[in-house]
Amino acid sequence: MNPLSTQLVNLFASLLLLIAFGMLAQRRIVTLIHLFALQGLVLTASTVTVAYATGQGHLYWSAGITFVLKVVVLPYILHRLIRRLNVKWDIETLINIPTMMLVGILLVVFSFNLALPISEFSRSIARGTLGIALACVLMSFLMMITRSKAVPQVIGFLAMENGLFFAATSATYGMPMVVELGIALDVLVGMVILGVFLFQIREQFDSLDIHHLEKLKDE
Amino acid sequence: MEPLAILLAIPLAGGLALWVLGERDSAPEVNAAFSFATFAAAAWLTSEVVSVGPVMGLYEQFFVDPLNVFLVALTAFVGFTTSLFSRPYMRIERDKGRMTAARLRLYHSMYQVFMFTMLLALTTNNMGILWVAMEAATLATVLLVSVYRTAASLEAAWKYFILCGVGIAQALFGTILLYFAAERVLGAEGNALLWTHLALVKTELEPAIMSLAFVFLLVGYGTKVGLVPLHNWLPDAHAEGPTPISAVLSGLLLNVALYSVIRCKVLADGALETRFASNMMMAFGLLSVVVAAFFLSRQRDIKRMFAYSSIEHMGLMTFAFGMGGPIANFAGLLHMTVHSLVKSAIFFAVGHATQKAGTQVMEDIRGLLQVSPTIGWGLLIGTLAILGMPPFGVFASEFLILTTAMRDQPWATPILLLALGVAFAAVFKRVQPMVFGDTTHTPFTHQPALTPVFIHLGLGLMLGLYIPPYLAAWYAQAAKLLG
Repeated sequence: MNPLSTQLVNLFASLLLLIAFGMLAQRRIVTLIHLFALQGLVLTASTVTVAYATGQGHLYWSAGITFVLKVVVLPYILHRLIRRLNVKWDIETLINIPTMMLVGILLVVFSFNLALPISEFSRSIARGTLGIALACVLMSFLMMITRSKAVPQVIGFLAMENGLFFAATSATYGMPMVVELGIALDVLVGMVILGVFLFQIREQFDSLDIHHLEKLKDE
Repeated sequence: MEPLAILLAIPLAGGLALWVLGERDSAPEVNAAFSFATFAAAAWLTSEVVSVGPVMGLYEQFFVDPLNVFLVALTAFVGFTTSLFSRPYMRIERDKGRMTAARLRLYHSMYQVFMFTMLLALTTNNMGILWVAMEAATLATVLLVSVYRTAASLEAAWKYFILCGVGIAQALFGTILLYFAAERVLGAEGNALLWTHLALVKTELEPAIMSLAFVFLLVGYGTKVGLVPLHNWLPDAHAEGPTPISAVLSGLLLNVALYSVIRCKVLADGALETRFASNMMMAFGLLSVVVAAFFLSRQRDIKRMFAYSSIEHMGLMTFAFGMGGPIANFAGLLHMTVHSLVKSAIFFAVGHATQKAGTQVMEDIRGLLQVSPTIGWGLLIGTLAILGMPPFGVFASEFLILTTAMRDQPWATPILLLALGVAFAAVFKRVQPMVFGDTTHTPFTHQPALTPVFIHLGLGLMLGLYIPPYLAAWYAQAAKLLG
């Protein structure tokens, strides 16, 4: 592993983190999808770098799958979805973006601390990357909690999967191929089901605001 | 190898066939026929494993040992009886106009796909494929929970999807960490996620990584088990979906999720050589038992109440497996079996009772004995069985768990006893007036399918009085495997 590719992977890792922060603060749904596609692109680039630097042939395949799924197919489905649902130009009112950013920073600190003892064992490229991957996962989680519209929640869900994928390529050199294929299939099917689901929700409530979905409670 | 391949091929083919055939009058029978074929294949596989020992298949990607073979048999059996129950149940729903042709097609097809994903999760040797199958099981059922398209069912399905999706994402992170630890020992080929290989080298896995991996795996799969505080999706999904789905969710899916946790625990125990994993499971288990017991009395919806009862029982099993040791593991496995038999029987009875009364609100369901003695007695006996009355199997397993707790974890015994007592009072108080009392309802248009109820309760009764020696030997063997 030469220093250049280590630096490159570190660069991509920090880009991922930056995009995660961007998603946390972004109000426009259509821009969120662009950010998601960009995240997929960075992920592909970092996977290719790892594949090239380590000579692991199967990583090229997973980079290919990532590109097709996360840069082309999923953003395409999302774009179609928001067009047909007529929410393309929706703007969400987010409360308190600075506070969200601060919470995000705390999550990053927490993730780095959590990943620190483990990163030491990593033989692979960059040690900080496991912490970054965990931070991306937790920040997507935060995004899902704080959003009130269904589509941004779905994007948060997909972004979380991006973080997990990055953990798999950075900590280990990717999971076995059969597992990666299975995960990709699950994500794709999940997205299609979510799409069907969003239409059902809109049909029922005339809105995609998930505040409607808070009726079921224990009395 | 052959029975294993056939076992997995049948439900998959069934899902496809039922989708292609579309909705027709015979679809429920076709569904039941495929489920029966699956059950027959499972029985064949079981006899194979009993006579020649563990079976491997497809380059070690599949693995059936004493631990999972009994769950395979149980899953296929309950899947079959539930498909029998679902025939008249779904016909009545169709006549009521709650199910259209398109929805029935989805329902029957996804029922088989769901069975496939659970059998895949049980038989796979690959921890990554286990994750894929668990996620696929969620995906297969999410559209079934929302199949009635009411506001409440959509909300329940959305919650189910998002919470389980987030939970299962944590499990994926845990699996990645597991692979990370394994790769250092086994090298970076495909073998590093195979459970049999991992189990051989479990003492060499890096403890620091494995402890973090187990936390993520427990939280992830624990969400699907319905452990408190990750249980929020469970009562909603059970209450709003069609009742046959509630029965298989409670009776089967929760078991399969717990099975995944146990497989991970074996590895974590080997690597850590401390009681870390055990203590985590005991804490989650005990919390679930107590919280669910106290929530039981606050329920008004009958399916919600029995969903909370499932959380309570899953907590009890998690606690038992957390304690570990041959007796507690034996009791945990026995409890898994009887709980899934009795709980699905209860849901069958509840399904017909709610159809009869046209509501799931318990205060409006009265006089079941007058409407149909079989439904009334089925519900009453099932309730007594699930509450741990002797001579049913639940009593035997709870007794074993409690006596082991007295010996190993005496501090937990009073808490468990209190929770079980509270649960008994809460559930019995609700069920008693539903079974007895007066009603003005009219009889059914379709003959209710109550044979499955009494087969399940009969088996639950049998396991309380007499466990056949080969079954006992089998449990003991599986319990030993868990350490």
